[in-house]
Amino acid sequence: MRIDETTERMANGKLFPTPGQTIGPFFGYASGYEQVHLPWRDGNLLINPAHPNAVRLTGTVYDGNGDPIPDAMLEIWQADENGEIPQKSGSLVRDGFTFTGWGRGTVDNEGTYTFSTVNPGATEEGKAPFIHLVIFARGLLNKLHTRIYLPDDEAALAQDPLLSSLDETRRQTLIARRDDEGALHFDVWIQATGEHADKETVFLEFPGIEYPVHD
Amino acid sequence: MSRKEQPVSQDTSVEETFNNSHVLDPAATQDSQESITQQINDIAATTSGETQPRLNYPPYKSSVFRHPTKNMHHTDPETIELWSPAFGHRDVHTLESDLTIQGNGEPIGERIKVRGRVLDGDGRPVRGQLVEIWQANAAGRYVHKRDQHPAPLDPNFAGVGRTITGDDGSYEFTTIKPAPYPWKNHHNAWRPAHIHFSLFGTDFTQRMITQMYFPGDPLFALDPIYQGITDQKARDRLVGTYDHSVTSHEWNTGYTFDIVLTGSNRTWMEDEEGDH
Repeated sequence: MRIDETTERMANGKLFPTPGQTIGPFFGYASGYEQVHLPWRDGNLLINPAHPNAVRLTGTVYDGNGDPIPDAMLEIWQADENGEIPQKSGSLVRDGFTFTGWGRGTVDNEGTYTFSTVNPGATEEGKAPFIHLVIFARGLLNKLHTRIYLPDDEAALAQDPLLSSLDETRRQTLIARRDDEGALHFDVWIQATGEHADKETVFLEFPGIEYPVHD
Repeated sequence: MSRKEQPVSQDTSVEETFNNSHVLDPAATQDSQESITQQINDIAATTSGETQPRLNYPPYKSSVFRHPTKNMHHTDPETIELWSPAFGHRDVHTLESDLTIQGNGEPIGERIKVRGRVLDGDGRPVRGQLVEIWQANAAGRYVHKRDQHPAPLDPNFAGVGRTITGDDGSYEFTTIKPAPYPWKNHHNAWRPAHIHFSLFGTDFTQRMITQMYFPGDPLFALDPIYQGITDQKARDRLVGTYDHSVTSHEWNTGYTFDIVLTGSNRTWMEDEEGDH
């Protein structure tokens, strides 16, 4: 539609946000045009995997049946190792050297995603560092936001306001596991019931974003 | 709907795939359009004022096992979330907003321009941010390995483009009007023609993906994705406006589609605002 800024305001003076929609079913392409489509080449490589500071971030996206979802797209956004927020262009056309903080990847046929990135630093002293994650998928009518907290600084995790507001089971869904090689593992359960019920990821709602609440 | 009441044949891995799609898939034919429409109408009769799509919308069958069962956890954004990636002209070439010049010849179909502004909830233009689109061709076919329904592929149309918004938040794409296409949500399911839009704001919490539809599409009432937004005024925000001022003599028809992201939560600095 054409927005008329003088008449289409909500009671609080804000404009009504455009509704979100599903990304699916066809958002990737079989071949060709690799640099001009949504999951673009090297989009999941925020840093060259051969770089000594490169960290693998990986996990699987599950549905309510406990089955991996083969057609989800994930984006991450994070500070660099020093907690600085990257504001350099080159997010889409990687030059191989500039850390832009933003990555986009799709899951494979087994629902697994992988990013090559760095451990984010805390943006403020004492803050628990995290990677922001957005999930899009066929069957998901709007995006989902969540955070991947680094497991290493337990003191910072203990005083984090978001984590502290959750019970222990829910809290654990936001903290990645670090394996012996230093890789971060973070599974996303879009829906979890039955034997997996405790695994459903905590998804976040920020001021201005509203998800309808219904039965 | 509780899990017990859910239909059992919810194999989300195959619903929308198109292997041998001209052969009717028995799993896809058990629900008629009439029963889906009835579900849509039953939900609509009990709702009002929902301006975003429901995540649990059973007429869209793939949503049944792909929506969170717990409520969203409300939180305030932290520092990193109050920023978005930076995009510049290294990232996007100006020609990438013209989807009709990517092949070796003219794509088939009705050439259109889609023009609009990206604003935040306070009406501020979203400047210098990435807008991406993707869509089916004029026959309703995507360049995608899973889209195998027997409509022709157009060798001169990939259906993907991107641009960076101007200082006034404006964007423009030249493309081909997409056609409706069939999908396997239920028997004889057809999606209204649409263009997918992907948008970034000034805060990463404003990140969104949506779809632009075309005015007067007869498939609106039948489509469980469009109807997943239960408020008609909110649905109207996804329909482009035919705009003769965007139409060009002997060249293209034109549409206007403005997009509003949520309000920014960031405190704006002088140097970012410029003369604002």
